[in-house]
Amino acid sequence: MTDKITLVEAVNQALHYAMTNDPDVVVLGEDVGVNGGVFRATQGLKEKFGFRRVMDTPLAEALIGGVSIGMATQGLKPVAEIQFMGFIFPALEQLMCHAARMRNRTRGRLTCPMVVRAPFGGGIHAPEHHSESTEALFAHIPGFRVVIPSSPKRAYGLLLAAIQDPDPVLFFEPKRIYRASKQIVPNDGEPLPLDTCFTLKEGHDVTLISWGASVQETLQAAKQLEETGISAEVIDLATIKPIDYDTILASVQKTGRCVIVHEAARAGAVSADIAAEINYHAAVELEAPVERVTGYDITMPYYRMEQYYIPSKNDIINAVNKTMEQA
Amino acid sequence: MSQSSFSQKSISQTKVTIDYVQYLNERAELTQPLPEWASKPDTLVSYYREMVQARQADQKAIALQRTGQLGTYPSTLGQEAIAVVIGSVMATDDVFVPYYRDHAAMVIRGMKQADVYRYWGGDERGSANPDCKEDLPYCVPIATQVPHAAGAAAAIKIRGQQRAVLCTCGDGGTSKGDFLESINLAGIWQLPLVFIINNNQWAISVPRRLQCGAPTLAQKGIGAGIPALQVDGNDVIALHEVISHALHRARTGKGATLIEAMSYRLSDHTTADDATRYRNAEELKTGWSKEPIKRLQQYLHSNGWWDEQKEQRLQAQVADHVQQSVDEYLKTPLPPVSDLFTHHYQQMPVSLTEQQMAMEAKVTKGGGHD
Repeated sequence: MTDKITLVEAVNQALHYAMTNDPDVVVLGEDVGVNGGVFRATQGLKEKFGFRRVMDTPLAEALIGGVSIGMATQGLKPVAEIQFMGFIFPALEQLMCHAARMRNRTRGRLTCPMVVRAPFGGGIHAPEHHSESTEALFAHIPGFRVVIPSSPKRAYGLLLAAIQDPDPVLFFEPKRIYRASKQIVPNDGEPLPLDTCFTLKEGHDVTLISWGASVQETLQAAKQLEETGISAEVIDLATIKPIDYDTILASVQKTGRCVIVHEAARAGAVSADIAAEINYHAAVELEAPVERVTGYDITMPYYRMEQYYIPSKNDIINAVNKTMEQA
Repeated sequence: MSQSSFSQKSISQTKVTIDYVQYLNERAELTQPLPEWASKPDTLVSYYREMVQARQADQKAIALQRTGQLGTYPSTLGQEAIAVVIGSVMATDDVFVPYYRDHAAMVIRGMKQADVYRYWGGDERGSANPDCKEDLPYCVPIATQVPHAAGAAAAIKIRGQQRAVLCTCGDGGTSKGDFLESINLAGIWQLPLVFIINNNQWAISVPRRLQCGAPTLAQKGIGAGIPALQVDGNDVIALHEVISHALHRARTGKGATLIEAMSYRLSDHTTADDATRYRNAEELKTGWSKEPIKRLQQYLHSNGWWDEQKEQRLQAQVADHVQQSVDEYLKTPLPPVSDLFTHHYQQMPVSLTEQQMAMEAKVTKGGGHD
């Protein structure tokens, strides 16, 4: 019997599997080698695969992004780590101006089969610039896939899929739940599908959509709502670009109500896109306007007050109750 | 802190010496004994032909832009030697990582001249370059291509191959973090990489002296721990020697080299620029006195390797070829709009398929901007 492992251990297990089975997979980033990553996501890789495949880079995020592009155009599959999403911005130019466009502008002659991993989100008492959720920025850019796991199993399967994907994938890891729970994750190399939502719980009164760490509060809210007689369907978005609207629309057309939950700021958020699509395709079935439970359009608070910012179970329950009161 | 304690703790400054390599000066005189290959006409005549071709193709591009048949275009006028030598001395399986002014090198390595026109004429198929193997396409943002070169070189090193990567950027590009971060990595990882700074003295309106306080740009290589030198960028013999040597070093596992090729941008920055706003006529005149084509032509004449008849024949041949490329470009029909969607992902997301169908429906109706 395999032991239960945490989300970050599942990331590590996926990296070990991918590197063992494909000599083109390489890992690079700051502290990923000897130190095994500041969250230990790359632990043991350097010992097993050597410095030519597990590369400690200089402290230069633009370089990490750009070097990964160069490697990918040579047919390697780099998995780059940016230590925190808050430090990804120097690499943004590389990612959006080059990684996302290489296939299109060379009409497929050169491609960027690369993965950029970055822990994100609040809730671990980290310093300033370590706790933001800016996934919508990346979701806006044509050419990317943006993937966010919400459990050890999905971290393992989705990361393997991201590494196998022939295009650039941004893999954002919700660090608040890096070690929050454990699951048995068979090391069988089975990828989970990208561009697909995961329905975690079926229900018929309201559809709850979330991703990343907020899936935990969403599931807790659904459980408590069940006790009050409200049956919630819970969807883990998982790939936030491109979005699996088939699953979402089928669910909302069944329930007639939808609450979208995320930690990211409200303006320009992925939830706005989802609400617009639901509005367009399922307006007839909607019994209440789509509700959003989100972060605020303010700087992510320092950790003493971050709990006021991060959507809570009660925020979700209140939003669901509000939609239930309509019609 | 007293002066003496300060000086005891300070590290004495290492004297920086940057070599400057030149064989053929601006008066077409030899400044040092020639390497073996340059004592015969073949390679030098070939360089001359390629430079003439580069200049005619460039003049045609500007004419097309001025008549509304091409978009904004960056001229290579005066810098033909650097691109022509790069394109000629690189091995087929080396990887070229160009900046946006390297048309001639890219054409020698397999890009069709018609694709140069298609690219700057706003057709995305112009950067497909199917015959360019693993070379990267044009890079318009400044120096962002340099880390790609480091990455490609790292891949080559990881696989233990005997290949090299050659990357160019302008003098302005050396101020960017991407450049500095990449040469830094090349020094640490001993990458099979050749950096060439095409120092044409101007970054749009900002002159070289306002770009960097150091006396040479090459010496940035010293901070990165890689050999660095300057070369006369209008002298094909010096360029051939220096670049070939650096490529050989890279391919044989000896690491990276930084070359600052000294040239001059005789043109505006692009066709959207007017250099008379910031540059005086005297400086431009000096620039013309050093340009590479006249210099090599004079040298070939003085050796009896070139004459007026050959010149006329070459000019006519090149004019024909350039015109054929222009005709091919101008006759290229627009692709179907589906082409705008096809290449973003290997497997197109459902949502993008829907958007593609919507655009196709719009265009079928009478389309475009109606």
